[in-house]
Amino acid sequence: MNREAVIAVNRFGLGAAGGELAAASRDPRGWLAAQASQPAPDYPAFADLAPSSEALKEFPKWLMKLRRARADAKAMQESGQPVPRGVEENFRDHFLPIMLKEVGARLAVGAATPVPFQERLVWFWANHFTVSAEKPVIFAVVGSFEREAIRPHVGGRFADMLLASSKHPAMILYLDNNLSVKPGTKPPPIAERLNLPRATGLNENLAREILELHTLGVNGGYTQGDVTTFARVLTGWTVGRPLVNPGFAFVAARHDAGPRTILGKTYGQEGMAQGEAVLRDLAAHPSTATHVATKLARHFIADDPPPAAVERIARAFRDSGGHLPTVHAALLECPEAWETPLAKLKSPIDYVVSCLRGLPAARRAEPRALFLALHEMGQRPYFAPSPQGWPDTAQAWAGADALWKRIEWAGILAARAGSGIDPVVLARESYGEAVSEPTRLAIERAESRQQGLALWLASPEFQRR
Amino acid sequence: MVTRREVLKALGGLVAVAGLPGLAVAASGTERRLVFVFLRGGLDGLSAVPAYGDPDFAGKRGELAIASPGTTGGALKLDGIFGLSPFLVELHKSYEAKELAVLHAVASPYRERSHFDAQNLLENGTGKPFGREAGWLNVALAESAGAGGLALGPNVPLVLRGPATVSSWSPSVLPAPDPDLLERLAQLYRNDPLLAKPFAAGREAQGLMEGQGRGGMPGGGPQAAVQLARAAGTLLAKRDGPRVATIDFGGWDTHANQIGEYSPLTRNLRMLDRGVATLKGALGPAWKQTAVLIVTEFGRTVAINGSRGTDHGTAGVAFVVGGAVRGGRVIADWPGLSDRALHEGRDLWPTLDLRAVFKAALVAQLGLGEAALETKVFPDSRGVKPLEGLFA
Repeated sequence: MNREAVIAVNRFGLGAAGGELAAASRDPRGWLAAQASQPAPDYPAFADLAPSSEALKEFPKWLMKLRRARADAKAMQESGQPVPRGVEENFRDHFLPIMLKEVGARLAVGAATPVPFQERLVWFWANHFTVSAEKPVIFAVVGSFEREAIRPHVGGRFADMLLASSKHPAMILYLDNNLSVKPGTKPPPIAERLNLPRATGLNENLAREILELHTLGVNGGYTQGDVTTFARVLTGWTVGRPLVNPGFAFVAARHDAGPRTILGKTYGQEGMAQGEAVLRDLAAHPSTATHVATKLARHFIADDPPPAAVERIARAFRDSGGHLPTVHAALLECPEAWETPLAKLKSPIDYVVSCLRGLPAARRAEPRALFLALHEMGQRPYFAPSPQGWPDTAQAWAGADALWKRIEWAGILAARAGSGIDPVVLARESYGEAVSEPTRLAIERAESRQQGLALWLASPEFQRR
Repeated sequence: MVTRREVLKALGGLVAVAGLPGLAVAASGTERRLVFVFLRGGLDGLSAVPAYGDPDFAGKRGELAIASPGTTGGALKLDGIFGLSPFLVELHKSYEAKELAVLHAVASPYRERSHFDAQNLLENGTGKPFGREAGWLNVALAESAGAGGLALGPNVPLVLRGPATVSSWSPSVLPAPDPDLLERLAQLYRNDPLLAKPFAAGREAQGLMEGQGRGGMPGGGPQAAVQLARAAGTLLAKRDGPRVATIDFGGWDTHANQIGEYSPLTRNLRMLDRGVATLKGALGPAWKQTAVLIVTEFGRTVAINGSRGTDHGTAGVAFVVGGAVRGGRVIADWPGLSDRALHEGRDLWPTLDLRAVFKAALVAQLGLGEAALETKVFPDSRGVKPLEGLFA
């Protein structure tokens, strides 16, 4: 159980599933490197989840239901009858089952995957390109976004992931690009308003966040002028009518055609090719390499990313043209990543998944229970608070109440696990020598196996990686 | 027979209300309360507080222009130039009771348009994004005599992170942990640099709430903000409770469709309105000694954008409300909305630094001196004087 295996399984993985630490300890770095380059497994849990082309129909279906409900309510009101439940609840009834299916599948994959480092990378990149169900219109497509725009490219190139994300209906809708049109566009006639957005000009949202969050970074060297011009380039990038033509659509009539200059370079392409050319240049920009490298180092190595590690990863990004397996391999080669065990605090999702990996019986928990527990710990899956995604530092997750909720969760999980689990063995088989003497003694001296298990799951070590 | 567990349980109850760091106010501490409400995403100031009397208002705002007071769907009158959104009914009552001051054309020192840099700068107090890892409200607590801080929500926002130990609280659907387990964890966390203080502060908040909020309403969204406002009022009202609280309220980034009964902006404004009224109710008599700061990271563009919304801008509005506030006034050195008056040709011109408002609140509610404010709480801010006359 050497130290490198503990780091491989916990820091880079999702926590030890049964026997995983022993398996990784033969060659911890090789165990991770293989995951970074091998194709993704075919996860049965994803098999019956809807693709975006289907899931996009859910919002208009709900709107139609809502209109009927409102008409009924009006009729009831007028005839003096009590009016049933409100709009919010109606929305929840329609969408919660879809969300719980998505969350359940994602957590089940995390709990059982044989390639946990690869899965961590998927989650990292999905957070880099955040879409959030905080915006109701994309509630049903946040999961399919991850499967369609992120997963296929974790073993490929950053530029392709950037293009897939920027063209995905979930991202277009999340950042309002369906509402950004050539300035001076006439609003649609009243009869068409249910089908066409009432947009008459630019909306900068997507253009700004691509520059600030997805590529160059906030100090990456762009101006307000670049944001506005990029927004013009991206006009016409929209979505089709969800019930008729669900998915990305380029509508030339809404595109503000003409040569455009961004970051000092003029793009003369026509139509969608212009935006694609800008995105490919942004993907290859040195600021993007540094931005991405800083985030990877902060996520996997330390809250204050070591500059040498950032430079090593950024160089791999630049030299390989954003080939992600090469970038991820450079991350594993950073000596800083292997120096300090337990340098990072787990986020709530990672914490819960590591519990599920260690305790197979806990994987039977209802998705609804997991979803609520994560909500209370401050990280409702698929509901990131903003396009910036979830934070990645200990201070952001170490609030008193968040810690309290983890303890509550550890207590309930231990109660359900019964006495079949020996917490001393569990601790040793997941954290090896990284288990401190006080923690080991506390578990051994617990009044019951159940209490010992709760102590281990709430211990300072198990909350870290 | 008395079991070991029962003894520990009884002890745990005592420990929770006495002696731990964080929330408890010292005997000499203040009775004054300060609540910081952060509207994340960039509140559209001209929708919350329309300048209906400005000659350029209707033209620039287009469909977003709220009509003058007295007309259907019109603003609630504040003075000859400004009104309140028709959805801010309770705040308007506070204005008439002279408990609400409205500040317009205000901004932090930030002049770019990134939410995340803007929020970070506003919270850390240094005038620079990522200028330090502590927040100004926490540093102010560390400088004050024993007032405790509490974040409503699982985690602590940057503004309240730093050297002073603070707590956080939110409702729970999970069963309460076994007191014996808590005692053992207290030992295990004792020397942990990250977990020891939050654990102690969390126990204290749980003790103060006495099990309220169990089986609470799940789900986030604006409803949660009202629930958290109630909890904030309940805790702040307690004799031995915290004196400073923060509430995070997201969802103000309204790039599209700001209009109408069901728009997210309308829903949020209504919730904010209800939230303030709920907080007031839960505070009871303590409302008299309370000031609530309601701020956002930046305003939005003056002109309507191409999708009946607004994009990231510069100056906007802030509200200061409470029994300790000298309200019933709009405080604005109004720059106007003509093309020439706009910052970079698109945004409301900033005329007042939000730090002047924060400083005034810290002087009045936490008794801080200017030296601490200029050097520690807001480093290198000598040029920004506390706004005078804002508090009774």
